[in-house]
Amino acid sequence: MIVGVPLPGPTVFGLDPLYTGGVGLAEVLITLFKVGVAFALLMVAVMLMIWFERKVISDMQNRIGPNLAGPFGILQTLADGIKLFFKEDLIPEKSDRLVFKLAPYLSLVPAFLVFAVVPVGGNFSGGNGRVSLFGHETFLQVADPPVGILLVLAMSSVAVYGVMLAGWSSGSKYPLLASVRASAQMVSYEAALGLSLAAVLLKSGSLSTNQIVSEQSVWNWNLWVTWVVPMVIFLIAATAELNRPPFDLVEAEQELVGGFHTEYSSIRFALFYLAEFMNMITMSAIVVTLFLGGPNGPDFTSVGWLSGVLWFFVKLMLFLFFFVWLRATLPRFRYDQLMDLGWKLLIPLSLGWLLVLASYDVAGDRGWNRAAAVIVALAIMAALASLLALALRAARQRRELDPQGEFV
Amino acid sequence: METAVFIVCAAIVLAGALGVVLARNPVHAALSLVGTLFGMAVLFLNLEAHFLAAVQIIVYAGAIVVLFLFVIMLLGVDRLEDLSVEPITGQRVLAAIVGLGTFGLAVAFLVNSDIGAFHTKELTLEVSGQYSNLRQIADALFTDYVYAFEATAALLTISVVGAVVMSRRMARSDEAQETAEDD
Repeated sequence: MIVGVPLPGPTVFGLDPLYTGGVGLAEVLITLFKVGVAFALLMVAVMLMIWFERKVISDMQNRIGPNLAGPFGILQTLADGIKLFFKEDLIPEKSDRLVFKLAPYLSLVPAFLVFAVVPVGGNFSGGNGRVSLFGHETFLQVADPPVGILLVLAMSSVAVYGVMLAGWSSGSKYPLLASVRASAQMVSYEAALGLSLAAVLLKSGSLSTNQIVSEQSVWNWNLWVTWVVPMVIFLIAATAELNRPPFDLVEAEQELVGGFHTEYSSIRFALFYLAEFMNMITMSAIVVTLFLGGPNGPDFTSVGWLSGVLWFFVKLMLFLFFFVWLRATLPRFRYDQLMDLGWKLLIPLSLGWLLVLASYDVAGDRGWNRAAAVIVALAIMAALASLLALALRAARQRRELDPQGEFV
Repeated sequence: METAVFIVCAAIVLAGALGVVLARNPVHAALSLVGTLFGMAVLFLNLEAHFLAAVQIIVYAGAIVVLFLFVIMLLGVDRLEDLSVEPITGQRVLAAIVGLGTFGLAVAFLVNSDIGAFHTKELTLEVSGQYSNLRQIADALFTDYVYAFEATAALLTISVVGAVVMSRRMARSDEAQETAEDD
């Protein structure tokens, strides 16, 4: 790059106002600072999250839980981490060594990268989410790429590799079975995740996370703008995507020993553990950003950016508790139930909902009666759904009459 | 900077491509392919085609190569293939001819076009103008190319249905054979 000439297209670095005046030393330093803070924040959050989950679950099971390391056992994760770090690192004889070592990082890195597009604060009621950092206007997120939320989908599809390769490279049959199971599950639920996301994109009209949050200010949250259902679907699909209970078939101990990371030990196992909890935190942050208005909320502090960060934190905690609650109360799904739920219920439902929302919008644009448009759309969907149900029932009856499939 | 990014990514893309061809282990070859796809995604970013870059990763790296890996894992990769036998006679000669031909076409295109190798970014900026990538692509897909788009969709649906029908037929005839043998 020739020094002094502004870049022809500023969007390579995203839509952050920090980079509009060219990129100098100050901008690079601020970016590095933001990356460092995001990294530290996530690591501390994971540490506290593991402790929080163990404490809440033990409360729900009428136990005490970790209580020795530090006040209320808050340092338990740190102790566990140090223990794992100093354990012997075993690599199975039959494993594919290179892939075996690569896999944990393929799980961990996407979990970090997703957090980069989450706006954790900023005044969205009037300031468009900008805050002043060391005298420069910027967003409180590491990056705001124009494709924003697609980065989340891309990274969640890359995370599949971590699980898949870990299972395969172990050179052992239970991890392989678990990883095939897990990757099939993650790929299936990605479709429902993407379709429920499309409802949000339809209403926001932008892929950029900053824009999506701005559109929801202050009380215009996508939760009710998209009429609740997409958020429910997104939450279910996200739980499956995270391999959290009740969709934790990856780790079904009774069938698969320990799941895809059976052969992993020491620091590499710790990396998977870290990635799992980090994914949970980033996914909750994404739900907050997409459906609950991110840092939006009534301003109650005198410091401009503080109330946004606080609101974001409160909403984040809500979902983190929700995930723990699910784990403590729901039994695991059977694999065919899981696939049925994903393919036969969530995908058609989210697609149908998207079409109903679209018909509502189109009716508004064309000046038609909105209620009529929605009713017509719903009637068509209902007809299609009953046709599908009929076809499924006919197929099932035929299978029962002719289990060998000889008379087709 | 644009040129520097191009050089690094081109090196990654080429290294990945070589890895796909030279790796003994099919899983390593598939992983090299992922490297190539990521390099291409960054090249798209370098050309201001953000949406294409994201779709490249979601569709190719996230779905297609995962599918490859699935097939490789389920079929088992422990058997090493005997490279001295050609499955189809004349395959290697034909492959060399087709490869050289494609390479020649690509070079001829680069030499003849007035784009030049290093000034493509200005061109894409001119095209994309003030609207986002997404809107540009949507405009093109749902106006000028709507028939091609719908035809592709129909083709994909037909191929999916066809694949399901064929796999069910085969499974059934296998079962029928087994029951016949049992009898």
